[in-house]
Amino acid sequence: MSHISPVLWQFLVKWMTDFSLFPPEASKIAPQMDALYFFMVLVSLIGLTLVILLVVAFSLLYNKRRHPVAVQIEGSTLLEATWTIIPLGLFLVMFVWGALIYFRVYTPPNNAMNVYVVGKQWMWKAEHPGGQHEINALHVPINEPVQITLISEDVFHSFSIPAFRVKREAIPGRYTSVWFEATKVGKYHLFCTQYCGTDHSHMIGWVYAMTPDDYQKWLNSSTSGSSLAQNGERLFASLSCSACHNSRPDARGPNLVGVYGSKLTLTDGSSITVDDAYLRQAILNPSQHVTQGYAPIMPTYQGQISEEGVIDLVQYIKNLDTDYRLKQTTTTTTLLPESQGKATSAAKGMVKQ
Amino acid sequence: MSDTIVVLPDQATARLPKTNYLNKENGLLSWLLTGDHKRIAILYLISITFFFFIGGALASLIRLELLTPQSDLMATDTYNKVFSMHGIIMIFFFLVPSVPATIGNFFIPMMLGAKDLALPKINLLSWYLYMAAGTLAIYSMIVGGVDTGWTFTTPLSTHYVNTHVITTGLAVFIAGFSSIFTGLNFIVTIHKMRAPGMTWFRMPLFVWSHYAASILMVLGTPVLAIALVLIVLERTIGIGVFDPTKGGDPLLFQHLFWFYSHPAVYIMILPGMGVISEVISTFSRKRVFGYTAVAFSSVAIAVFGFFVWAHHMFIMGISNYAVLVFSLLTMLVAVPSAIKIFNWAFTLYKGSVTFETPMLYAFGFMGLFTIGGLTGVFLGTAGTDIHLTETYFIVAHFHFVMVGGMLMAFLSGIHFYWPKMTGRMYPEKISQLAAVVTFIGFNFTFFPQFILGTLGMPRRYASYPPEFQVLNVFSTAGASILGVGYLLPVLYLTWSLKYGAIAGNNPWQATGLEWQTQSPPLTENFTEIPIVDHEAYDYEWLERQKEKEVASA
Repeated sequence: MSHISPVLWQFLVKWMTDFSLFPPEASKIAPQMDALYFFMVLVSLIGLTLVILLVVAFSLLYNKRRHPVAVQIEGSTLLEATWTIIPLGLFLVMFVWGALIYFRVYTPPNNAMNVYVVGKQWMWKAEHPGGQHEINALHVPINEPVQITLISEDVFHSFSIPAFRVKREAIPGRYTSVWFEATKVGKYHLFCTQYCGTDHSHMIGWVYAMTPDDYQKWLNSSTSGSSLAQNGERLFASLSCSACHNSRPDARGPNLVGVYGSKLTLTDGSSITVDDAYLRQAILNPSQHVTQGYAPIMPTYQGQISEEGVIDLVQYIKNLDTDYRLKQTTTTTTLLPESQGKATSAAKGMVKQ
Repeated sequence: MSDTIVVLPDQATARLPKTNYLNKENGLLSWLLTGDHKRIAILYLISITFFFFIGGALASLIRLELLTPQSDLMATDTYNKVFSMHGIIMIFFFLVPSVPATIGNFFIPMMLGAKDLALPKINLLSWYLYMAAGTLAIYSMIVGGVDTGWTFTTPLSTHYVNTHVITTGLAVFIAGFSSIFTGLNFIVTIHKMRAPGMTWFRMPLFVWSHYAASILMVLGTPVLAIALVLIVLERTIGIGVFDPTKGGDPLLFQHLFWFYSHPAVYIMILPGMGVISEVISTFSRKRVFGYTAVAFSSVAIAVFGFFVWAHHMFIMGISNYAVLVFSLLTMLVAVPSAIKIFNWAFTLYKGSVTFETPMLYAFGFMGLFTIGGLTGVFLGTAGTDIHLTETYFIVAHFHFVMVGGMLMAFLSGIHFYWPKMTGRMYPEKISQLAAVVTFIGFNFTFFPQFILGTLGMPRRYASYPPEFQVLNVFSTAGASILGVGYLLPVLYLTWSLKYGAIAGNNPWQATGLEWQTQSPPLTENFTEIPIVDHEAYDYEWLERQKEKEVASA
């Protein structure tokens, strides 16, 4: 026994010091979600106690020794109604409360900064708008809403930060999003919670919640030299997107200036608001949603651009607010041979081989 | 009068009947070609016990690996295969057929006063399909296994893993037909084979719950079959239904899969609820409180059960408004379960309660199923689901329902019906001990997992951050107690086949038609077709019957 006791002791000490019932509350939504959680725990405990009390009390009062002959009772409509309506009422309260929180978690505010996260077997790749890349880590400022736009390159993954109480599936072929506002500086777990194959349990990382100043310092120290929009601009040029999308009156493709967030009418008469998901579809699968007035002549880029490349293009189009910028893209890349060479070499990394 | 069974009236003089279904014909062939629902039930009982212990061995490997944070007992790939096969075997080869194919098969015809199920050959066929499927599953495990999880999630299962997805998928596909045939057989039997006077509202609640489960089997399982066929086609010839690069939709698979797999939860639990109704009534000597409410709550579960599947997909980017609808419907499906729990509790009220083993298991069921059901509400509530889904909270929740609920009900039923099936009693004291050990071991194993899940530990992890270790050690320790709890019944039930006390016709003084005949029953079940002139659970009728017998003797 003597060689077991220290282990046991260590174990108990560890348990006493580390024991917690729920993770840290490090985001704005966390205390709200925990309030609902503890309300449900309370209701469950009361319900469970009630059931146990009934069973124990009836077992004691009406066991065979005390109560040798059973009294036959048909039932009671009043009681049936009671235990139908009270649980239903409580469940409906939980439903409404839960729905409110659900809508909060999945409706990002308009002023949220956006970070793209790409999941692949078995890592998380985060892309900040300023061009900072990180793998299995995510730096975010506190007290500022951060939207995560997620996509997977291969199988289903799930992006989970327990301390922020947020989770969202990363799905191949479509963007999903979630947002949070961190409230406490610290280092928190980032998990993949959807089973994704061999190293599923190694697809984990850390989220660093920092003060805005520290975050700014981090941004400056880890810049890759060009922002996502700039990468996208090079890609836009090297893929010759500007051959058609050049905003000239006779252009064969729709004008992309200010297109993000606008309402488009499609050839089938339906209208659509241009968001990240629409832009992604329009690049990879252009014939599906053609803008009214244009012929379905755009080739598909499915399999030719990586998810990061698509993100760069989307980010470029998103920030394309003046005609001048587009002209710059078209002219600089066609007129200056050395900058063109630079652009293609930079863009090459973004294009799937 | 003491509360042991030894002094019950007909037991002192009881002899094993000379002819019964077990000794009417002899030889292996008489079993393998039998059309007798009772013999097929025994075949099923032996086979599902075999699969339960394979699934159990895999579970112990999982718990051993999780004893330490690193993946040191086995490689992550091996761990992934182990938990996948654990899920597949336990769900498709144990839980789905557990109560229906054994106790249901044996007793539904007897409870209705019929000689057999409506389609005896289909019944035998369903056992053969089950065995073929089981053999294929074991084969796929031996040649290398599968690591998709029991959910076969695309595109992982179609494009990314190199394991035996097709073989295993085929095994589950075939097992599905076995389940469809069982359900079909029950529905036809319940509609067409009831004895004269056995109206719908005179049927035992066991039959009602099996009727509800059968509807789910017949309507739900084909959708699983379709989903699996599409997986095989996608994997072999790449048809692209689920592949986004070919314009397919990976979420479609989730819809198809859960359209079966959520109702499957009720396929697993409803028959167990039927057992609990019988047991609680018998050992309280009282009619089930609110018979009609309990009967209709089974049907309500079956109906609502079909419209809640997308609550498995709340975080998968389905529309927020779809989430609202499915969350609301999930709340509605929780209510019938609450109704049942309270009705069972009130059945004890003014009863005359005894605590034989089946009753202890039934009490265990009520406690654990209440926890399992209430934690289900945490997951049906859209807001908290975001945090708790895909973590150990889910694992704990469905083990409370499936293992704490269904397995407790199965063991309760096996002990309850053992005297009727074999003609001999199980030893009472040790089996009461087994029930208590199982209950304690179960809580030790799975309660810590609720806390782990709340802390955020993801499921299906071969290794995990070290701060989760303490709770995992508790869980593994509990699992070893649970293992003892499951081994005990196998030992003493086998022992009782030869050495158990002779049971007599009706050791529990229960009211069902199945208890008014010899144990073990005749191949034809009854010497003459009974005429039913009383409600289910009519203990006064039983008293009058006994007086009549005494008078005529």
